[in-house]
This record gives sequence, structure tokens and C-alpha cells, in this order.
Amino acid sequence: MGLVSRGAAAAGVGAASAVVRPGPPHAVPHPIPTPPPEGAALGSSRVPGMVLKAFFPTCCASADSGLLVGRWVPEQSSAVVLAVVHFPFIPLQVKELLAQVHQAGRVGLAVLGTWCHRRQEAEESLGHFLEGLGTIFSHEPWLQLCREQGSKLWSCKATRRQVPPCPGTPYEDQVMLVFYDQRKVLLSQLHPPAALPDCLAGDAAPSAGGLAAVFDTVARSEALFRSDRFDDGPVRLSHWQSDGVEASILAELAKRASGPVCVLLACLLSLVSAASACRLFKLWPLSFVWSKLSVCEQLRHRLEQLTLVFSTQKAENPTQLMRKANVLVSVLLDVALGLALLSWLRGKDRIGPLAEALVPVADHVAEELQHLLQWLMGAPAGLKMNRALDQVLGRFFLYHLHLWISYIHLMSPFIERILWHVGLSACLGLTVALSILSDIIALLTFHIYCFYVYGARLYCLKICGLSSLWRLFRGKKWNVLRQRVDSCSYDLDQLRLLVVAVQGLMHLLVDLINSLPLYSLGLRLCRPYRLAAGVKFRVLEHEAGRPLRLLMQINPLPYGRVVHTYRLPSCGCHPTHPWGSLCRKLFFGELIYPWRQRGDKQA
Amino acid sequence: MEDERSFSDICGGRLALQRRYYSPSCREFCLSCPRLSLRSLTAVTCTVWLAAYGLFTLCENSMILSAAIFITLLGLLGYLHFVKIDQETLLIIDSLGIQMTSSYASGKESTTFIEMGKVKDVVINEAIYMQKVIYYLCILLKDPMEPHGISQVVPVFQSAKPRLDCLIEVYRSCQEILAHQKATSASP
Repeated sequence: MGLVSRGAAAAGVGAASAVVRPGPPHAVPHPIPTPPPEGAALGSSRVPGMVLKAFFPTCCASADSGLLVGRWVPEQSSAVVLAVVHFPFIPLQVKELLAQVHQAGRVGLAVLGTWCHRRQEAEESLGHFLEGLGTIFSHEPWLQLCREQGSKLWSCKATRRQVPPCPGTPYEDQVMLVFYDQRKVLLSQLHPPAALPDCLAGDAAPSAGGLAAVFDTVARSEALFRSDRFDDGPVRLSHWQSDGVEASILAELAKRASGPVCVLLACLLSLVSAASACRLFKLWPLSFVWSKLSVCEQLRHRLEQLTLVFSTQKAENPTQLMRKANVLVSVLLDVALGLALLSWLRGKDRIGPLAEALVPVADHVAEELQHLLQWLMGAPAGLKMNRALDQVLGRFFLYHLHLWISYIHLMSPFIERILWHVGLSACLGLTVALSILSDIIALLTFHIYCFYVYGARLYCLKICGLSSLWRLFRGKKWNVLRQRVDSCSYDLDQLRLLVVAVQGLMHLLVDLINSLPLYSLGLRLCRPYRLAAGVKFRVLEHEAGRPLRLLMQINPLPYGRVVHTYRLPSCGCHPTHPWGSLCRKLFFGELIYPWRQRGDKQA
Repeated sequence: MEDERSFSDICGGRLALQRRYYSPSCREFCLSCPRLSLRSLTAVTCTVWLAAYGLFTLCENSMILSAAIFITLLGLLGYLHFVKIDQETLLIIDSLGIQMTSSYASGKESTTFIEMGKVKDVVINEAIYMQKVIYYLCILLKDPMEPHGISQVVPVFQSAKPRLDCLIEVYRSCQEILAHQKATSASP
């Protein structure tokens, strides 16, 4: 950097546009009495004796000498440096730029001090010149950072020009340097441990406390980082993007394309929801069936989610954006898994053998049930039963079974076609296919459910009777109802339990795919600095007499908290019965409904 | 300035305390726990393999042996990565905060940073732990609602569990820095 004396040229230029170039002090024109910048008023309140913390971006550690631009936080006595302004510059243009950024991001920036990167030995004149700049941009305290090239020795000074309010406090503050990675801090999002109810983030100024203020400042000053060193702007800055603004062609194309695509899909989805909300589906038998089938629930849930993702409104805050991204990734994965299932089914013509195996299995189950009923109608385990009631119930169940088997045999030529169509529905997603499978199982085992209902009701009556008998035994008068038959409910319970377990497992799987925030987990895996739980510090090489240097790094959010914070709200397709209440209901004979009841709040 | 002393923990094991004074406002305490002993590792491995061999003679299925090897390896890796803590560090920086780092045997580090604005005090507490009464160092956090209340107690050096003499050293240094911090923040 040549120290050219431009005194003559500078003196000839008009007062308002005096260009400041590095040179011996006498070449700088007489400083124009500019109105006092806001920096002076801001810096007047400070905590005396507190160590001054200077947050310095690591990308500027090798930049050329210049002015430090950033924000001063008086409550924590910390200066957040955002960029370095290089020579030559015009003070008025620098102030204009800061005013622009202030308007764009509502953050008050100021010139905080000077930065000196010495390339040769002892450039004393530069040092004096930099000190003289303090008169043009007055800021309390005035920071002076200096570094020798190629060495790790830094020197920092923070001077005050005003008379300190309380006598005895020094004119110079102790400075502690904290380095931070500007790009990571800009892109990261802090997750506070607990959302305090009185934490109001005011719109006027970033009032976040502590280190959140640093993150906030960097995030709001994005307008400062828009130009790089290849631009021909009036002011030359050094920051994390000064080597070239980051951009991606794919991202830009996606942004352009997303507008019309969103509009188109939003129209389609609104048509579909209007069609599904028409009066025809509200008639009683249809509405009852729709509400009980889990596939309808799943489809409705997916429709809601897709409407949210493709809505033309922009996301208001980062949480909503994350939710949209999570839903999109989840839907895409679902469809991908469904298509994989479809190709697997088609691959070796598996539907045929599957359909052919179904009818013999149903026959086998019916035969076993018939044997069971015959055994119960006789003298099961040597017990003597109420013969008349036995015969009535047994014959009723046998007839029921016979009807069911005939129905299955009637349906057998159509099963292959039905399975083919079910497989086709996997295009909508693996969850839809699983829901249909769960519904089919429920329908196929409906006869078992009927037996269970009869048996459970009778068992319940018996238990009530026994309990009233017990009360009588204890000396209280009550109505006595004696029932002695009814052991079929015990064995049927096992079958029922198996069916409920399989259905529960399927619903669990569906719920897992629905509610897992995959985009957030992927982000935590690949770009851990985006989701920050806090920060961590490392002390860098230290020498006695030199200021303390720390490196601030981002502490990523643990996986458990990622899932907890960004979990998607799931529909009612989760296991409707916790296992504890299931066993209790079985024991006491209360009915277990395979679908969700209207008033069932515990699910 | 750096120095190292050896202390003992509540069970009698050796601990090494390293103190680093970077500056009057920044201090670091590093406590190293006893390493994984070869004796206990060999004992556990032998037990698991003997049990697997016993099962193998019963069932005549060689999958049991390979499963036992697999389980031993996975168990050891899981233990080193999630359970065994090698070193615990406490870094106090005046006017920034207190940072606690635990480094596991597999190299993983987990860090917690508490800002100075949230720290009310650092104290030594007494607790009943199994059949012993032990002392532990903890950080008290301020309650934003109540000016004199405490919202949380954060214990420090939980897996190293040093004895009172070690804790007093750390406590004295912390109190020096906190006193300076309170003096500077209380003055107008």
C-alpha cells in the first residue's frame, strides 16, 4: 500500500466529498464539522471496569487495514464487528451505507474503530493516521485492533475521549477478543432452552440478551453483506462474502419455478377438498363408514398437509418454514417408499400367489373355529354346562361362521383384482397402503369381532353378577343374576388381542412416518450449525501482556430436542389404546372398539 | 500459568486437577478421571463369552457365539462413546459466562455454556449419595421472575466426583472471578 501524499489533490476537491486516503497526517484536509453521529450518544452509557468484548469475524483476520464497522452493545460492553472498510473511502458514503443497512434491518450500526494489519515493519505514519480518523468518526469507546502479518500477536486498545463519569476509572479499557465464524452465525438459529413468557423481542431494536444479541445483530445486517469486492460500489468492504456472493443456480431456478407450481397445485388441491366436502358424503351410512376407516383419515391428513405446503403464502417465521420443509420431505419419502413397494409387488408377479393363499388360510381359520365351538358345545375340560344355553349360543356362532365362509368363497375370484388396486394406491404413499391393509384386516376378521362382542357382553354380565353375589355374601341386599355358561370369550380374546396388536403396529408405523421431522434431522446431520442450542468457547494461544483471544463456535442441538421441537402434529391414526388400558378392558369385559370413538380423549 | 495436582475422588480413585490461569478474568480447571482398567474389561469379556459358550453347548447353534462377539464389541463401543467420561473441564470467563465440557473416551465432547447474566452463585452443596454423604460443586441460576429466587441448580464434575479439598480450590478461584464480576456490574 503506497503512502502517496495527496494533499494538493484533496485540497482542491469540494468540502463535502473529501476523499480520505492513507498519507501523512498533514495531507488530510481539515475535518468537516459533521453532525455528531449516533455512535457518540450510544456509547456514553457503559459499565466501568468491565472487560470490553470485541467479537471479530475470522474472515477479516487477514484483511487489509481499514475501519471497523459494527454494532456497540453498551449493556454487555461488547462490540460486534461486522466488516472492515478499506481505503480509499469517503466518510459521507460510509455513513450513507450504514444508514441504508439501518433502514433495511432495523439495527443501528456505527464505525467502531480502526484495524491495522502491518505488512512491513513499523509503519508509524499509518498508526498516527489511523488515530487521526478517530476525529472524523467519533465513537465511544474507540477500538484500535492491530496485528502483525504472519504472527499470532494481536494488540487491542479501547480509548475514551470523554471525561469518565466517575473519577478513578481508567481512560483505557481491557479488551477481550472473541473470534466468530460469520457465515455460520448468520445461517444459524438459536434454540433457547425454555421460552420465557416475558421474553418480548421488540421490533424497534434487538433487545435479546447476552450472546443472542450477537446472533441477532449478524442476522439483521444481511444488507451489509450483499456486495463483494468485484462490485464497483463506492465503499470497499471485507466480510464473509467479499470473495464472491454465495448463490446456487438450482436454488434460484427452484425459487422461480416454485411460484407458478404452487399456484397450480393449490388450485388442484382446493378442487379435491371441495369435492370431498360435498353434501353427498355427509349422508348417514357413508359418513359413518368414512369416519371409521383409517385410510380416509390418512388421506384427509395428507390433503391438509399438502395444502399447507403448497399454499401461496410465504412462511412468517423460521418455525413455519421448518414445518413446511419437514412435511414436504416426509411426503416425498412416503411416495418414494410406496413406489418401491409397488415395483416390488409387480416385480415377480407376487399378487397372484398372495391372492391364492388367502382363501385357504381363511378356510383353515374357519375350520379351527368350528372345532372350537363343537368342543365348547360338548363338555369342555370335563365341566358340566347349561346345555340349553350352550346349544343356542353354539348354533348361533356356527351359523355366523358358515355365512362368513360363504362370503369369502364368493369374493375369491375378485380378490386378485382388489389386491392389484390396493397395490396401485401405494402411489399415494406407503402410509396409505398400510392404512388400506389395516382396514382390510379389520374387515376380514369382522366375524371374530362379532363373536368377541357377544362373548364380552355376556362375560361382562357374568362379572356384574358375580360382583353382586359378592356383595350379597358380605351382607348387602342386591339383585342376583346367575349365569354359568360362557367360556368362549377367553379363547377368542387371544385372537382378538392378536388382531388388535397387528393393527396397532401398523398404526404406529403410519404415525411414525407422519410425525417424524425428516428435514430437520437431515439438517442436523449435514449442516449442524443451522440448529444451534448455544455456543462454546475455546481459548486460543495466549501470551502474557497480550489481550485474551477466544474462539466462539456453535454448539449444535441434540437429536432428541430436534425431534421434540419440530415434531409434526399427527392425525388420529395412532394406536388408539395404550397397552395398559387394553389389558384392563379385556379383564373387566369392557368392549374394545377397533376404531376411535368420538369421546375417546386418552388416545 | 499452569499447574497440576493430584487429588482423590469419593471412591478413592486418583484424579488429576490441571489449573490454567490465562488472565485475571479467565481460568480453566481440568479434572481427569481414572482410565478404563484392563482388568475390568477382561473380566466382563470373559464372563460374556463363558455365558455364550454355555448357551452354545445347550443349543448347538453357532449363531450364539458370533452374536456374543458382536454384542461385546457394540457394548464396548457404546460404553466408550456414551458412558465413560475421561475429562471434565470448567472454564470461567469474566463477563461472558461459565462453560462445562465433558470429553468421552471415544473423543466425543459435550459442552454446556451458561451466560454470566444467568449465574447467581457458585456453591458447595452436601448430598446423600447411596450410603455416603458427599460434597459437590454446583452453579445456581437466577430466576427471571423472582429476583431472589433460584430457578435451577447445575452440578459440576458429576462423573469425576472429587472430594472436598479439590472442590475448595475450584470454589475459591470461581468466587474471586464472580466477586469481580459482581463489583463491576453493580457499580453505576
